Amino acid sequence: MARVLVGVKRVIDYAVKVRVKPDKSGVVTDGVKHSMNPFDEIAVEEAVRMKEKKLASEVIAVSCGPAQSQETLRTALAMGADRAIHVEVAGAEYDTLQPIHVAKILAKLSKDEKADLVIVGKQAIDDDSNQTAQMTAALLDWPQGTFASKVEKSDSGLTVTREIDGGLEVIKTKLPAVISADLRLNEPRYATLPNIMKAKKKPLKKVAAKDLGVDLSPRIKVISVEDPPVRQAGSIVPDVDTLVAKLKEGGHI
Amino acid sequence: MFKSFTLIVRCVNRHNVYEHVRFASQALPQFSSEKYNVKRKPFNTVEIVDVNYFKSILSEDRVLTEESDVQPYNIDWIKNCRGQSKVVLKPKCTEEVSNILKYSNEKRLAICPQGGNTGLVGGSVPVFDEIVLNFVLMNKIISLDEISGALICEAGCILENLDNYVRERNLIMPLDLGAKGTCHIGGNASTNAGGLRLLRYGNLHGSILGIEAVKADGTVIDCLRAMKKDNTGYHLKHLFIGSEGTLGVVTKVAIHCPVLPKAVTVGFFGVKNFENILQLYKSAKSSLGEILSAFEMADFHSIISTVKNLKLPNPISAYPFYVLIETHGSDENHDAEKLNNFLSKEMESGLIIDGTVTSEPAKMQDAYKLVYLFLHDFRHDTLFFKYSNTLCPGHLTEIFPRVVSSGDGNIHINVTVPQYTKQVASLLEPYIFEEVSKLNGSISAEHGIGFRKPHYIHYSKDPSALQLMKDLKQLMDPNGILNPYKVLPEQ
Ligand SMILES: Cc1cc2nc3c(=O)[nH]c(=O)nc-3n(C[C@H](O)[C@H](O)[C@H](O)COP(=O)(O)OP(=O)(O)OC[C@H]3O[C@@H](n4cnc5c(N)ncnc54)[C@H](O)[C@@H]3O)c2cc1C
Ligand SMILES: Cc1cc2nc3c(=O)[nH]c(=O)nc-3n(C[C@H](O)[C@H](O)[C@H](O)COP(=O)(O)OP(=O)(O)OC[C@H]3O[C@@H](n4cnc5c(N)ncnc54)[C@H](O)[C@@H]3O)c2cc1C
Repeated sequence: MARVLVGVKRVIDYAVKVRVKPDKSGVVTDGVKHSMNPFDEIAVEEAVRMKEKKLASEVIAVSCGPAQSQETLRTALAMGADRAIHVEVAGAEYDTLQPIHVAKILAKLSKDEKADLVIVGKQAIDDDSNQTAQMTAALLDWPQGTFASKVEKSDSGLTVTREIDGGLEVIKTKLPAVISADLRLNEPRYATLPNIMKAKKKPLKKVAAKDLGVDLSPRIKVISVEDPPVRQAGSIVPDVDTLVAKLKEGGHI
Repeated sequence: MFKSFTLIVRCVNRHNVYEHVRFASQALPQFSSEKYNVKRKPFNTVEIVDVNYFKSILSEDRVLTEESDVQPYNIDWIKNCRGQSKVVLKPKCTEEVSNILKYSNEKRLAICPQGGNTGLVGGSVPVFDEIVLNFVLMNKIISLDEISGALICEAGCILENLDNYVRERNLIMPLDLGAKGTCHIGGNASTNAGGLRLLRYGNLHGSILGIEAVKADGTVIDCLRAMKKDNTGYHLKHLFIGSEGTLGVVTKVAIHCPVLPKAVTVGFFGVKNFENILQLYKSAKSSLGEILSAFEMADFHSIISTVKNLKLPNPISAYPFYVLIETHGSDENHDAEKLNNFLSKEMESGLIIDGTVTSEPAKMQDAYKLVYLFLHDFRHDTLFFKYSNTLCPGHLTEIFPRVVSSGDGNIHINVTVPQYTKQVASLLEPYIFEEVSKLNGSISAEHGIGFRKPHYIHYSKDPSALQLMKDLKQLMDPNGILNPYKVLPEQ
């Protein structure tokens, strides 16, 4: 039976309209509602299901970030994770926290906790980097099954169905391994009241990044964050003939 | 009072409801005049000269006369009513509205004011050939006082756009409904729309600070004050709130926007029976006090059909009843503490069997959708009967066992049948209204009287009140050109 480590990131809720800071250094996060990265919810769900199927013995949720990341961890606990580790990264260091740092932290914790499987979301909806799973696998020198839409137990390890450009790819991997969750892997559950209550009592450990020996100096410099170009206003044409004429005029047909 | 209560009566022709979906929603509804046997009143018909006059005061493209262009304005949201108008006018300012009405009044041409056309009682579409006066182009925000929260805007502003606008300035609209992406503030005022935030922010008679309206003869009535307190003479704005376009046409609205709550939390619970819902409501009011902003309930069938038709996730498993609670507050920790105490207590007492709570916007939206989109949902089936009634809490349990449905506060009873038949209609009406009337309730808590209910209005209005309504109509619209066949019953 495997011990599963799941990465959960606190991001701006996807129903919130994101706004760029006036100085273009990033996006406004103060006073903005955050929640668990949706792909990480899928990762947690998968781990919890493995535990329910007795394929996993323990599910540990990890989040790197400021104090509020503990709320995200509580959500993971309420969904069914057994315990949580909060790797505290705050202030300026958090502003420049990058996938390489998170991958190093996850790799170190995987060893410390003797994890057999790491599941993370395929990307976080804020930075859209899609790097953490791959980097973690490389650092640990473990096999990886990224963009997973199905994970099954097989004799020697896991059979992972991956969503790739041309369709689906099925791979077999031994354990330990790293998996990244794609959208269709499962439909994450809602945390129910009794579990929300129980989650309050589950263990949550706090560690500092430097205690894990991870250097957080930034490797990438963000030069400018810009709004996407504003969509041009459309116009309504009275009939098909006018539409065709306009399209011709504009050189589209 | 409960904000609303959603139930479906499933007993009518329950088989094949889903199979008939396509057929019914693609066919054009029958003309209202034929379906409901209405006689046309002696108004004049719109002639070429009239159309030319309208084109001269509006621009050509704001006078629709092509049949295919006009058709959508003739059919209501739930595709139950269909008028036969030949002309749609889209004014851009009060002056244009005034000119249109002055002319129509002189020429005895009937008018049907139309906002977002989301009304559920057929008030927003013509019955015969009334001119549709549509406000979609009167969509300017005039001013917002960020200190007092007073917003002044034109009648055709879409509620959701206003909400987005004021949210950027730390305020919210005092009302919210499932139709917010389409309905207009002028339509909301004219129907005295209730909606989701009523429990917390009260109804529109309290929130609307002022109104600019145009009388049938074209006179502009300026009651557009933006003060919370104004006790000078008669409170005329109230005549236009909820009068469904029969006393005048609303052109501008001044409305008070409360401060955007910093903390919003939604809980969605499974409850065993109706009695327990009453108990839970009582407990929520006393434990959550001022932060309780919504308390909604729906039965198993309503939720399950939404889950099925809209492919939404149901956060919890199957229970006989579901309750949605929303809190609005200024301090997340304070609210969380109150809510936690309430939840622990009621989980323990068993009033709440299971449930989920969240303050994540995306998850809250999912929960709202389950309860509120249920209306949209029913357009997937075929919906012909909608009722929205109010009763006092104590009466809930009395009526409940009898009608399979019905309840307290605001009840939505939706009856879905594959096809409209007079027989089904006569089974339901006036039965439901009679039951409500016996308990001193209102036959229309939210959606108004419109075209569908004038002949039932006496179930809720005393003859003396009805007479005063008729006198007011006579005074303000002596030729009866504004939204005829609606609200007021024929003799
Ligand atoms: C999904 C859904 C959810 C809904 N939820 C609620 C709810 O929770 N609470 C509730 O109360 N209602 C609800 N409704 C009903 C409806 O949305 C409201 O009555 C709304 O206020 C109507 O606004 P509208 O702009 O669409 O008006 P319309 O439907 O266009 O018109 C409604 C009535 O007002 C008149 N009118 C419209 N604009 C003007 C104007 N400028 N001047 C004079 N008269 C005018 C029309 O003639 C008509 O009689 C819901 C409807 C839907 C489809
Ligand atoms: C110390 C003090 C403090 C006050 N504070 C406030 C305040 O904070 N806010 C505020 O709004 N006012 C205030 N007022 C003014 C006054 O008290 C209120 O206007 C109050 O509502 C009047 O009630 P009343 O019964 O005394 O009416 P009256 O003074 O008797 O009458 C007031 C008006 O109402 C009419 N009227 C009275 N009864 C009826 C009826 N049954 N049917 C029809 N018409 C009727 C009268 O003809 C008259 O026009 C205050 C007054 C005092 C002396």
